[in-house]
Amino acid sequence: MAAGLKVVSPGLSSTIQDLGRRGYQDAGVPVSGPLDRVSFTLANALVGNAANASAIEIRMQGPVLDVIAASVRVALVGGTGGLIVEGEDSSAIAPGRSVRLRCGSRLRCGALGDVACAYLAVEGGIAVPMSLSSASTYARSRIGGLHGDVLQPGDVLPVQFDDVPRRPEFALVQPLAAMLDAPIRVVLGPQDDAFTEDAIKTLLSASYVISSHADRMGFRLQGPKLAHAKGFNIVSDGIVAGSIQVPGSGEPIVLLADAQTTGGYPKIATIISADVPLVGRRRPGASVRFSAVTQEDGEAARGAQEQTIAGWIGGFVNVADQSRIDHSALYSANLVGGVSDGMD
Amino acid sequence: MRFIAAGDTAVVVEFGGRIDRALSARVLQLARQVRAAPPAGVIEVVPTFRSLLVHYDPLATSGKNVVASLRALTASGGDKGRPRRRWIIPACYAPELAPDLAEVAERTGLGADEVVARHARTLFHVYMIGFSPGHPYMGDLPAELALPRRNDPRLRVPAGSIAIASTLSVIHPAENPSGWHVIGATPIRLFDACWERPSLLAPGDAVRFDPIGLPEYEAIRTAASAGTYLPVGEEIESWPRG
Repeated sequence: MAAGLKVVSPGLSSTIQDLGRRGYQDAGVPVSGPLDRVSFTLANALVGNAANASAIEIRMQGPVLDVIAASVRVALVGGTGGLIVEGEDSSAIAPGRSVRLRCGSRLRCGALGDVACAYLAVEGGIAVPMSLSSASTYARSRIGGLHGDVLQPGDVLPVQFDDVPRRPEFALVQPLAAMLDAPIRVVLGPQDDAFTEDAIKTLLSASYVISSHADRMGFRLQGPKLAHAKGFNIVSDGIVAGSIQVPGSGEPIVLLADAQTTGGYPKIATIISADVPLVGRRRPGASVRFSAVTQEDGEAARGAQEQTIAGWIGGFVNVADQSRIDHSALYSANLVGGVSDGMD
Repeated sequence: MRFIAAGDTAVVVEFGGRIDRALSARVLQLARQVRAAPPAGVIEVVPTFRSLLVHYDPLATSGKNVVASLRALTASGGDKGRPRRRWIIPACYAPELAPDLAEVAERTGLGADEVVARHARTLFHVYMIGFSPGHPYMGDLPAELALPRRNDPRLRVPAGSIAIASTLSVIHPAENPSGWHVIGATPIRLFDACWERPSLLAPGDAVRFDPIGLPEYEAIRTAASAGTYLPVGEEIESWPRG
């Protein structure tokens, strides 16, 4: 049997993701990738991976996995439950730290708490073949991942390394704040002119709630309706992760990682890339409020966020004695500019 | 032409608001120019009916820089890129595969044979690929075939379904929900992630449907599933200047 992680129980909707599939949107193929890029990047860094390594995205309820390699190093980021390890290495591992597990260990992901997603990274990454230059799973079209779909019982996730050396284990110096109350910054448009002035005011002042219609394609929001100024059909144009489209019902839909590449509803605003992860990690029932910024503000916010992430990684501590681990130089090279050039 | 921010990772270059061949030519020309000489930090472009979405990495460039580069490209008039192809796509319009053909025939007053003849006689222009991987939006249908979308969308139509609404025709590469009128089906495959170019069709390609009977449909479908039927796209004349 191949070395790796064997899926005992797959969880509710667990998928293999890397930073996404670029260069095929003109063929109608969505980008995919993690809903929460921040947690994903930190999980990979804790096990020494580059930002684009493939890891497991967990939604709502995590999997139970058996270690069937000589040893693996894993880390979970997101939520409060952490990992519960059974077997010789029996222990409870808090989120935001790495751990080396030997063959025969069984790991369970604890309850996520008040967030919707978390990331389980494995040193070296999950070794699935690239599909259209990416390991990301786009389940709707059976592209990427292990077999194009969410994890299934009995799957064996091949790992890059079937044995990993002992080393000091890393931890975030403090838990990642989920920022569930933070306002979500948007750039108005591209079709804000398709809405009434009142609709724009409402979007930027009302509180919306994420409905139960929430998956990797997008989250349907409940709250005050947004009135169109001139009908709700436009001639289709392109969509980005974070586009807020408003269909005839007047209730906004936030489009996310697996969103289709084009659409025919007007998009009143677009969530900035730094804040897409803050929405992506929220559960149905969580509230969302929006505030408007400019495109330049959005770009600056993203740059600042990358600096913050690099700072957290540079500040990892040794789990054993809480001493600083000076690996910032090692990782910073990999963590900035993780998006590859997908032009063909 | 307007440049509109789509958040902090993309710029929309909007040429107009209509479905129009002249607008499409301008969209596709700019797409070819960007692909031939991508400005720093530009990741990919998505042509649509009337706009080009230009995705960029905000850590490598800015929307302002991207717009400046795009303005320079549109002013340069240079035009290189991949060739257009003309495809002949087998299409079966048998009632078994065409649940809405009778209704379209009745509502247009043309009769089923004439609806099929006019659909198959149209030389379609692929405006864009969207909705799902490999899914083409093609036009333009003759005005007498133009009907609004169905009031009750179907939750699923089978892979290969050929459908019409308004002045457009689509082909569903995979089983999809659809609010369009299904008037036939093609046995060939339009998308495969294992192909070098995963979408058979590209924006700018020309498509004509070749009517076939059910036995031929079944034979081609079997061959296409086995990977032994490969449609050939004929490269056609260089791009007209937009």
